[in-house]
Amino acid sequence: MTIFLNKDSKVIVQGITGGEGSKHTARMLAAGTQVVGGVNARKAGTTVLHNDQAGNPIELPVFASVAEAIEKTGADVSIAFVPPAFTKDAVVEAIDAEIALLVIITEGVPVQDSAEFWAYAKEKGEKTRIIGPNCPGIISPGESLVGITPANITGKGPIGLVSKSGTLTYQMMYELRDLGFSTAIGIGGDPIIGTTHIDALAAFEADPETKAIVMIGEIGGDAEERAADFIKANVTKPVVGYVAGFTAPEGKTMGHAGAIVSGSAGTAQAKKEALEAAGVKVGKTPSETAQLLREVYAGL
Amino acid sequence: MDLYEYQARDLFEHYGVPVLPGIIADTPDEVRAAAEKLGGVVVVKAQVKTGGRGKAGGVKVAKNPDEAYEAAEAILGLDIKGHVVKRVMVAGGARIAQEFYFSVLLDRANRSYLSLTSVEGGMEIEQLAVEKPEALARIEVDPTAGVTVEKAREIAVAANFPAELVDQVSDVFVKLYEVYKGEDATLVEVNPLILDEDGNIIALDGKVSLDENAEFRHAGHALLEDKAAADPLEAKAKELDLNYVKLDGEVGIIGNGAGLVMSTLDVVAYAGENHGGVKPANFLDIGGGASAEVMANGLSIILGDPQVRSVFVNVFGGITACDEVAKGIVGALAELGKEANKPLVVRLDGNKVDEGRRILEEAAHPLVTLAENMDQGADKAAELANAA
Repeated sequence: MTIFLNKDSKVIVQGITGGEGSKHTARMLAAGTQVVGGVNARKAGTTVLHNDQAGNPIELPVFASVAEAIEKTGADVSIAFVPPAFTKDAVVEAIDAEIALLVIITEGVPVQDSAEFWAYAKEKGEKTRIIGPNCPGIISPGESLVGITPANITGKGPIGLVSKSGTLTYQMMYELRDLGFSTAIGIGGDPIIGTTHIDALAAFEADPETKAIVMIGEIGGDAEERAADFIKANVTKPVVGYVAGFTAPEGKTMGHAGAIVSGSAGTAQAKKEALEAAGVKVGKTPSETAQLLREVYAGL
Repeated sequence: MDLYEYQARDLFEHYGVPVLPGIIADTPDEVRAAAEKLGGVVVVKAQVKTGGRGKAGGVKVAKNPDEAYEAAEAILGLDIKGHVVKRVMVAGGARIAQEFYFSVLLDRANRSYLSLTSVEGGMEIEQLAVEKPEALARIEVDPTAGVTVEKAREIAVAANFPAELVDQVSDVFVKLYEVYKGEDATLVEVNPLILDEDGNIIALDGKVSLDENAEFRHAGHALLEDKAAADPLEAKAKELDLNYVKLDGEVGIIGNGAGLVMSTLDVVAYAGENHGGVKPANFLDIGGGASAEVMANGLSIILGDPQVRSVFVNVFGGITACDEVAKGIVGALAELGKEANKPLVVRLDGNKVDEGRRILEEAAHPLVTLAENMDQGADKAAELANAA
């Protein structure tokens, strides 16, 4: 099994006619994702031409709204490739349409916008699971890709992966390409995100085909510390961790808006210690982390 | 981006938050003139983006313009926790009856906003939170509702403000939230917020952090940036739209994706332990889908750092294509000619890795070494930096 996304997921693309939306629609289709249409109010009623996984041409309808797209296609997943200034509106529209899963790839969303759409999602009863923003999305190898992760790194397998970082997700999937993954989720590096490490850990714990979990964190905030508490109380499957940013200086944002050490808060060392105190083996490097996971898995 | 106190003061004034008059000055003469203009007792305050100014001698009361001149001589040039004072604010004096604390900030853990308020101000808030947690009212602020008059009253009551002050401070809380919201801040802090002997509530010192992601809707924010204080390489990188942070070490780092670059810094630092203690010289993320040009720009920044003795390029191509990275490296080296005199270790994997490696192998530049993987590349780059 997978979490949050599988081969039956029907996916629409918000911003399907834009440069990024168009490029990644093609890549998602090539990966086998069931992309069923897109949204752009100004181009509603038109279609966009792509190829399906087999290379056959496929015409995808463009709808005026997420609600219309759901009604006409039965879509249950949306991925947003819209510029930062319009992201909040796109998210609110998806929440209003009660789509089950929304992945927000966009980088550079003002954090107050994220705080507002998150508050709105809560007010509406959290019917929409949000992943992101500023994330690579989610992949269930061999079944579906909703995001920008390369689909050919590795295939289906027993490992679940949750990470704040896109390229570290790719790196770790590459390191563990001999084992493969049930699902790999990049939750994003912004200060406010939808799905958290804890949400993904809970879902992997409940998924019978995920046998072991890799959790990747980085400096900033206390999400890893809270995930450590959660693991201690709720996760019976082995978890191996990696934290990036031991050499990051205080007060400097390291690429991701949320990756900043403020005073003594948010350091990699504190996160590593919290995870280890929860029984999580933490690697010093991605390769050592992969090795730890392999050892843990071999012992199952 | 953190603002200076005087910039926060100006924002507060713009939103109707009561503040004292303040004039910025860069020399003792300017300070004297400012004190003359304000008249009476003034306070000369170092403008640095760090706490603990008072204890470090960065804040002085002056009874007249001559004293202000002397205070400026003592404060300008002072080193406060590594921040050298280049500018002071000359502020009007206040007769303080009581000191309070108020802030509103982004609450990452709860994905919401939080207000922190105390009737025991003046002290560093971290210290207050540890020593007297019961004196600090922590009230969640719903991002969609904000701080309304009702919410502000709730905050004031929770913080145990005396009944006769609740209306007055609530009005100030509402305005401070308007600063937070209106300017896309992640923090608005007033410490101390005071009651003066005439019964006025005044924001005496302010700290504001702005969200750089929101700059597109605030044309004025770019002007608040202290370009002179930025590292020259960081400033040049910013002009080229590169995500670069200068560090102290010897191994220049280029990678794609914030997480992978942070990880690369760590792996290089570990490798450095076996090679004379060399460390990463910088953080540089060329981002997703970088072109040859972006790669070349990045390389020129790093080779322009005199501290750099070797460079490690670590790319896992997702959207980024390794052949573009390779072309950027070859192109930049050709353009730089003899100026390129530092060894480069390149690790490529992922999207178009074979094409990328082939381009580098065919170019066979004497400075470039191809690494098999991240660990080996980090080790080689550290070794070369130590040998240089």
